[in-house]
Amino acid sequence: MNQAQSSSFEIVAREDFSDVTYLLEIRHPMLAKAATAGQFVIVMEHEHGERIPLTIADFDREAGTITLVIQAVGKTTREMQTNCQVGTSLYAVVGPMGIPSQIGGKKKVVCVGGGLGVAPIFPQARAWKESGAYVIGVLGFRNRGLVFWEEKFRACCDELIVCTDDGSAGIKGLVTEGIKQAIAKHADIEELVAIGPPVMMKGCAEATRAHKIKTMVSLNPVMVDGTGMCGGCRVKIGETVKFACVDGPDFDGHLVDFDDLMARLTRYRTAEKQAVERWQADCRMPGKEARVAEPAHGIDDRPSTDG
Amino acid sequence: MAKKKTIRTIPQERTPVQEQDAAVRARNFEEVSLGYRLEEALVESERCLMCADQPCVRGCPVGIDIPGFIKKIAEKHYHGAYDIITDTNLLPSICGRVCPQENQCEGVCTVGETLEPVAIGRLERFVGDMAIKEGWANIPYIEPNGYRVGIVGAGPAGMACAADMAKAGCEVVVYEAFHQPGGVLKYGIPDFRLPNEVIDAEIDKLRRLGIRFECNTLVGRLFTIEQMITEMGFHAVFIGTGAGYPSFMGIPGESLNGVLSANELLTRANLMRARDFPNFDTPLQPGKRVTVIGAGNTAMDAMRVSMRLGAEKVFCVYRRTKAEAPARAEEVHHAEEEGIEFNWLTSPVEILGDAANAVRAMRCIRMELGEPDDSGRRRPVPVPGSEFEIETDMVVFAIGTNANPILGQTAKLKLNKRGYIETDESLATSIAGVYAGGDIVTGAATVIQAMGAGRTAARGMKAYLGLRDTDCVYTRDTDDPAGRRFGIPVEEHNFARIRLR
Repeated sequence: MNQAQSSSFEIVAREDFSDVTYLLEIRHPMLAKAATAGQFVIVMEHEHGERIPLTIADFDREAGTITLVIQAVGKTTREMQTNCQVGTSLYAVVGPMGIPSQIGGKKKVVCVGGGLGVAPIFPQARAWKESGAYVIGVLGFRNRGLVFWEEKFRACCDELIVCTDDGSAGIKGLVTEGIKQAIAKHADIEELVAIGPPVMMKGCAEATRAHKIKTMVSLNPVMVDGTGMCGGCRVKIGETVKFACVDGPDFDGHLVDFDDLMARLTRYRTAEKQAVERWQADCRMPGKEARVAEPAHGIDDRPSTDG
Repeated sequence: MAKKKTIRTIPQERTPVQEQDAAVRARNFEEVSLGYRLEEALVESERCLMCADQPCVRGCPVGIDIPGFIKKIAEKHYHGAYDIITDTNLLPSICGRVCPQENQCEGVCTVGETLEPVAIGRLERFVGDMAIKEGWANIPYIEPNGYRVGIVGAGPAGMACAADMAKAGCEVVVYEAFHQPGGVLKYGIPDFRLPNEVIDAEIDKLRRLGIRFECNTLVGRLFTIEQMITEMGFHAVFIGTGAGYPSFMGIPGESLNGVLSANELLTRANLMRARDFPNFDTPLQPGKRVTVIGAGNTAMDAMRVSMRLGAEKVFCVYRRTKAEAPARAEEVHHAEEEGIEFNWLTSPVEILGDAANAVRAMRCIRMELGEPDDSGRRRPVPVPGSEFEIETDMVVFAIGTNANPILGQTAKLKLNKRGYIETDESLATSIAGVYAGGDIVTGAATVIQAMGAGRTAARGMKAYLGLRDTDCVYTRDTDDPAGRRFGIPVEEHNFARIRLR
């Protein structure tokens, strides 16, 4: 029924950071050439799959690849964790979507990534560094075992503050703790960029509000097409309603209505739970259910417990 | 020959078409209208007077020779009918189903002055479906001219433009952001109105013209319109991206869970097959009591899809009257038959939520018709004190769309103040060699209007490239001296004859 795909989207490398977090490097030379910091792609694993938005975590223009870091939280991301091995291909990868992040013209910036927001903040930190800014990285993880890409960040950050919930690596506390430290040490921070679960980004925006530091956040609401056509990703920004896919995904964190965003993210939770349960039954993997406690809606690539 | 037909001698009644029973079809996604059977098409074809005036041809946005193809049906020369239609329209199975014929060909039909007009749309569909069933495809001999044409968007405008440019000898590549071509035909119009197999069959015909479809390609972001011309070797580009960006009203409660655009509902249900969840992964969470705002074709589709997804009750809320509803008459009629409850002269005021942030009701106000507005229609004005609540758990906005911003953000295209692409009469944009048509130029309109725009742009592009306008014409047997001379019946031609207009 479907047309032959003229291009296939081959997975050329994979790395597992933990039992829920994995990295896929996908061959797509045009996309690698076009991608810039802050943009995302929409992926379909197979013909019956759903379209999930994933922020681009890295791109290599010479190798012609893009990198996605995915957390297995819903049915699709778990299925991908099982099926997406080196040498296999994804059914669809489209992008880069969204308006590229505004980078440059600032002397000192803080780049904050929490949980799965760590990977997509990397191209931003690198781009800020390339623009000549002094970059302070703040990364949040639940514990030491989940830390990844620390070296990669050290290479492009002038300072790096790692935060863990239990203090097993870096400082103990949420990323907001790290932000406080950074602000205390540097009075001349001009911009803060935060990517992570909505509740974390909300915390970041609150942490900078009193200091009047420009704060950009990258929103990832429920989407279908990612091209402005469905309106599922509409978010309240101050008094206006914007579509995250084509008007964003970056918005002024001080204007974002995070409560509205978080409420809307629960829309498909029941269906998602049903899909996960059915998939697990199909896979005859009852043992894994211990971790299902927090099924994000299917289209969230970021953990909701972090931050 | 039979003597000249008159309004008295033709069959007086418009031949009805078999339909699935309303109660049954409201719960399945099978096609509603079963289409004319052979004998029905033959009877209906007799109703065309073959009048000299031919107002129907002028009423058709692409100018199909309607009496010509109907005559072929009456003569039982069905392939001939197909040839005539494909002179101007490569996609008869689609247009026969989705054109608003009552405002076009059938609306001006001479027979319609006295009786019900000839069922032109049903006859067109009959011919198109027969072509699919029999595997007919008029693939003309195409001499490559060395020009490369890029088309942005694989919807009706892009498909029509691609077909014309391919026939003119250009190498055509169509880029589509979704994972399947078809545009609104696939994501918007539901299967019970236009089955996917029909779209795929028609797209397959375009492939046989040599047109290449590249899906998963978001033009503007993966590469820009300018890059297509300067780096990718395209000599001309057509933009047919559709309007996109759905409108909401800005009333309180629009961000409650359970409020969505008709585009989202339809895309999830149709293209992403959420109706088959969990066999397909995209969820939809269908409503039990669904309220759709608007009364255009999209609104009708949203209502009828909701019904089929298992809603107990579906309401339509529209601020004007039935007479002003922009949907095809047949769609409103079908929706009524299927049990949709219409609230004419009603406008939404507020959507009310429950503690879980989900929709529980919508407050509305009754309207009455006041003085005529700019469009000449009487303006609906609220009746004070007439507010009431509809108990509902899903609210769908089907009140139109705004311009999609992506190409405006990424190309130096001149836009009008509403964000649509500005063009001249030939549909040329402000960038040399770049043309645009369909909803991204005019705002939301119909499939056939988009196809018409695609063809108009193709004429402009051919002129720009210095190509003669080579609409190919499949020579008809009556004016086929070669066929007559050599005594070859036209059915046995194994080549398509082309003459240049």
